[in-house]
Amino acid sequence: MASTTPIDTPPAPPVPRPSPRSTGRMGDKIFLGLSRGSGILLLVIMASIAVFLTYRSVLAISKDEGNFLTTFDWNPAGDPPVFGIAVLLFGTVVSSIIAMVIAVPIAVGIALFISHYAPRKLAAPIAYVVDLLAAVPSIVYGIWGALVLVPYLEGLNLWLDQFFGWTYIFEKTEVGVARSLFTVGILLAIMILPIVTSVSREVFLQVPKMNEEAALALGATRWEVIRLSVLPFGRSGIISASMLGLGRALGETMAVATVLSPNFLISLHLLNPGGGTFAQNIAAKFGEADAFGRDALIASGLVLFVLTLLVNGAARLIIARRKEYSGANA
Amino acid sequence: MAKRIDISGLSAFYGSHKAIEDISMTVEPRSVTAFIGPSGCGKSTFLRTLNRMHEVTPGGRVEGKVLLDDENLYASNVDPVTVRRTVGMVFQRPNPFPTMSIFDNVAAGLRLNGSYRKSELNDVVEKSLRGANLWNEVKDRLNKPGSGLSGGQQQRLCIARAIAVEPQVLLMDEPCSALDPISTLAIEDLIGELKERFTIVIVTHNMQQAARVSDRTAFFNLAAVGKPGRLIEIDETERIFSNPSVQATEDYISGRFG
Repeated sequence: MASTTPIDTPPAPPVPRPSPRSTGRMGDKIFLGLSRGSGILLLVIMASIAVFLTYRSVLAISKDEGNFLTTFDWNPAGDPPVFGIAVLLFGTVVSSIIAMVIAVPIAVGIALFISHYAPRKLAAPIAYVVDLLAAVPSIVYGIWGALVLVPYLEGLNLWLDQFFGWTYIFEKTEVGVARSLFTVGILLAIMILPIVTSVSREVFLQVPKMNEEAALALGATRWEVIRLSVLPFGRSGIISASMLGLGRALGETMAVATVLSPNFLISLHLLNPGGGTFAQNIAAKFGEADAFGRDALIASGLVLFVLTLLVNGAARLIIARRKEYSGANA
Repeated sequence: MAKRIDISGLSAFYGSHKAIEDISMTVEPRSVTAFIGPSGCGKSTFLRTLNRMHEVTPGGRVEGKVLLDDENLYASNVDPVTVRRTVGMVFQRPNPFPTMSIFDNVAAGLRLNGSYRKSELNDVVEKSLRGANLWNEVKDRLNKPGSGLSGGQQQRLCIARAIAVEPQVLLMDEPCSALDPISTLAIEDLIGELKERFTIVIVTHNMQQAARVSDRTAFFNLAAVGKPGRLIEIDETERIFSNPSVQATEDYISGRFG
């Protein structure tokens, strides 16, 4: 080897090689820093919201002369200050339940139609229109609800009262326009329809072809394919989609504030005007409240925060419990 | 139980692309017929025309006749759903219903066909799982999910699910290609037992497998990429592998192409 090299020739300088490792590592470091930073930032934001809400809430609740959980009144400026979230909790939960009961089946139906029934030419425009519903600002829904939906629903309310009044919840005992929790529920249903539909549709489109063919090859009709393969696979997706919708329904503010004619009574006659929700109550009273009144409203916001956390936790539990049977490991 | 299949002049299309052209053959009852040929020659497409699964693919279209005994599966008054209840299918990758228990997987086809009493279902499920040589391995965990089984067990579960509805014909689309050699052997033994009761058609890439399990073998080929696949010849398996009448068959099985 050495003998072939002339002695007086200096050895060729080593070719400067680009060092892929170092640039790669720098990229790794930057990316790691960014992603870790984002993760930490999220935790910090959540924690500071929780601390803020809790601190201000404690300030307010410690001076509440009523029972914060059971009082049917909201008068933090009174002497003594009395306020409670019972009506708001009731109104929020009931209107959201109505919204879910109406929206989830319709959304799943639309999603199945788009993913499995509609010809392709029709599916894309329908999906687009549904997504467009999500782009409408909530105040527009509120105005539409107050100007169109409320008068329109009066006929439906009369009909429900006449034929289903015996169920108690559809008995209308007060005259007045349909600015009720029931109307709010319908409006919320329309508002959460797009998110529930989109998420369900995406999940239904991901059903592995081989799962559907398994059902087809057994002689399943289209509906039976959906029942055997699509719905079981999409089950946890439907739950997640519903929870996203529920989250929006629980926190919806402007639309509810525009439609509802609020009062501080709890009534299971859902068609009667009145009631209130957390977000609606905060929006309606925050502007004119003094510092203490705002703390009281923040305390109600804390309850909504906890409610949302509980709902999400419950959804995760439901999904986790069926994990063994989920389509993920197929 | 088992029926003869007579195919004449069958072509299948994906949109405007013709995938297989003018195939005619007879599949004997209570026997195993293997389809071999290079990738893309249309064996699987052809198999899927035999239970009208091809038309499920968007753009899928079929011309020609498939007679099951004397009934044309493609007659205008025949419901593809009924066809698929008569002609069962096992797929390349095991596809048990992931959300269902082992028991429910086997019972799924029966439940589609009507309501059964619990005791009847129990009997059929046990019989089918025994028929698929799976009973002893799963009898203590029938209510566990089918997706928890090994790949080979899942494939036998799929076979149990297919035979539970007592089909006339059992189509198998490369049923062992996702399995290890031991599981493959188990399935091959099972095929040998099942042919006593069913007409079996199996697509395979593994020529040894075709030689081991089948009574008759059909060789498919295509003239060039993009051209439709055609049936080159069908004969007794022994003859195809020892003394085929077409040169292309010999070239393929001796490994000269494909």
